[in-house]
Amino acid sequence: MALLELRNVTRRFGDFTAVDCVNLSIEAGELFTLLGPSGCGKTTLLRMIAGFDVPDSGQILLDGKDIANTPPEKRPIHTVFQSYALFPHMTVADNVAFPLKMSGKAPDEIKKRVEQALAEVQLSRFAHRFPHELSGGQKQRVAFARGLINRPRLLLMDEPLGALDAKLREDMQRELINLQKEVGITFVFVTHSQDEALALSQRIAVMNQGRVEQIGEPSVIYGQPANRFIADFIGKINLMEAQVTQVSGQDMTLEADKLGTTTLPLKQGVNVGDKGVIAIRPEQISVHAPDKQAELPHAHSGKVLDFLYVGDVTTYIVELDCGIHMEALLANSAPGRARFFEVGDPVIVSWTREAAQFLLN
Amino acid sequence: MNKLRLTRWLVSLPPTLFLLLFFAAPSLLMIVTSFRYPGEFGGLAPLSALETMTGEGDSGLYGLTLETYHFFFSDILYAEIFLKSFAVATLTTLICLIMAYPVAMLIAKSEKKYRNLMILLVVLPFASNFLIRIYAWMIILGPESAFSHFVNNILQMLGFEPVMLLFSPFAVIVGMVYVHLPFMILPLYTNLEKHDPVLLDAAQDLGANRWQRFWLITWPQSLPGVFSGAALVFIPVLGMFAVPDILGGTGDILIGNLIKDQFLGTRDWPFGSTLSIMLMLTVLCVAGLSMLLARPRTSR
Repeated sequence: MALLELRNVTRRFGDFTAVDCVNLSIEAGELFTLLGPSGCGKTTLLRMIAGFDVPDSGQILLDGKDIANTPPEKRPIHTVFQSYALFPHMTVADNVAFPLKMSGKAPDEIKKRVEQALAEVQLSRFAHRFPHELSGGQKQRVAFARGLINRPRLLLMDEPLGALDAKLREDMQRELINLQKEVGITFVFVTHSQDEALALSQRIAVMNQGRVEQIGEPSVIYGQPANRFIADFIGKINLMEAQVTQVSGQDMTLEADKLGTTTLPLKQGVNVGDKGVIAIRPEQISVHAPDKQAELPHAHSGKVLDFLYVGDVTTYIVELDCGIHMEALLANSAPGRARFFEVGDPVIVSWTREAAQFLLN
Repeated sequence: MNKLRLTRWLVSLPPTLFLLLFFAAPSLLMIVTSFRYPGEFGGLAPLSALETMTGEGDSGLYGLTLETYHFFFSDILYAEIFLKSFAVATLTTLICLIMAYPVAMLIAKSEKKYRNLMILLVVLPFASNFLIRIYAWMIILGPESAFSHFVNNILQMLGFEPVMLLFSPFAVIVGMVYVHLPFMILPLYTNLEKHDPVLLDAAQDLGANRWQRFWLITWPQSLPGVFSGAALVFIPVLGMFAVPDILGGTGDILIGNLIKDQFLGTRDWPFGSTLSIMLMLTVLCVAGLSMLLARPRTSR
């Protein structure tokens, strides 16, 4: 049985359906992420799981029992809020002790467990500081320690790393994953940041307009997005409008707007006449000097319009002869001066048959 | 930089002068007055003519004396009046706090667009004259008022003797609370409005019920507001003479009335000054304590 199961959960605010018939099941010990743009309903869903909001219809089952009418303070589910919500008038130790005090643990036990919890997040030295005397990363750790100390069945995290700077975020991501392995508590993240979702989760549910669009491992969500929205939302991708003109055996033939005719491996459920997009990730596109044209599959000539050098990789924007702009990502792995093309250089872009996907609208 | 500093000095000069002239100087005068002898027909005895007038050798240095302080500390009556004033001020502050807290919370939790209107309603009584409002209470609490009849009818039904509401300690407390309630509501509201509502969510999420959320999250965070509100009520109530004068009975003399009587009634300026100084010292102690309790908390 799944630890947490959502069945047909729907929540409306007036005419607006914030969460639309969502079905999810989260297994014990999982790192699960609800990912979506702002306004997609993920925060409403989180509030319903935590108990701050009640679904208009559907069920929320924890260990198979419906908890829709259990108030937040009675649920074995704790939340790490986006702003951390540390109690400003309490010391770090008192903040962390709070859930234990609320559940009526003995003072001796509370003291011991708080010390242990603070040691786990390397904050023993800060036990008697107040939250406003801590750095962002330290506040984050206090919030984790406080959320975990009473061993909830589920720890919800709302944009857990959103308030940290990029460098610290990477450290915290690793720390979080390690922490989860140690404590074995199920984590559910809610975020609009695809980087965070891809880095932290074992499974991701991508949400849009109140609906769950796709559930899967990060590599599946990134590599085989179920539809155009997901492809566009997660990572960068080149999209070209196309229509299916012919289906035969293992192949389908597509007529793309300016690109012309392309043949891709047949995708299940696709019929002649369907409209959609051809989607190719920038890192799947290779850029060559024009003299190598001969043997390349799906090759198109064009010229470099612009590029963005960010150290480890360079993103080239290539204008194909047909007028389409494509982004291609080249790793700067060669030693020394790592720059292949200048603006205006004629180039050939190409991709393999497997790199391109056809996504229905 | 220097120019900025000069501007700051220039801007703060008029209020500084004002305070020096009309607060510091009179206070100093009052301190000196408290050590002098009262004049034969009120006011102060002239310093030079003192020897000849009293005819006593024990007239102290330059016509100054500790007599009024001796008088103050030798009669238990004054300590009693101080104590009674303290009791009235404490009770008024407590009642104001209990009544103001829910109001301040209601305003702080209301939608933003209604808050200013509600604050306006809180301070609206200030628009009419203070004395008129107190006289209004005289009518409300008077023996022929509907309110008095109502209370006495209930008392009679319960088998008690009818009471006189006006000219009683009860009337004094009612008047004091009525006058000072806004001074408690405003600082409390200012404090409560700044509370982050997500903290209550967090507390609830971590297992705190309604009472625990109030006593462990809202109340401790509101203490600075409670203390400043308490100071704003306690201190004026301690010195207030108009309310007990109008609403209190003959037995309800507080420090304020006593001081007023020394200056306007018996015309014993030195003793009036002594009483004022004792009151000021007490108030300073209370204010200091309040500041100490309301200071921001840090680990260092």
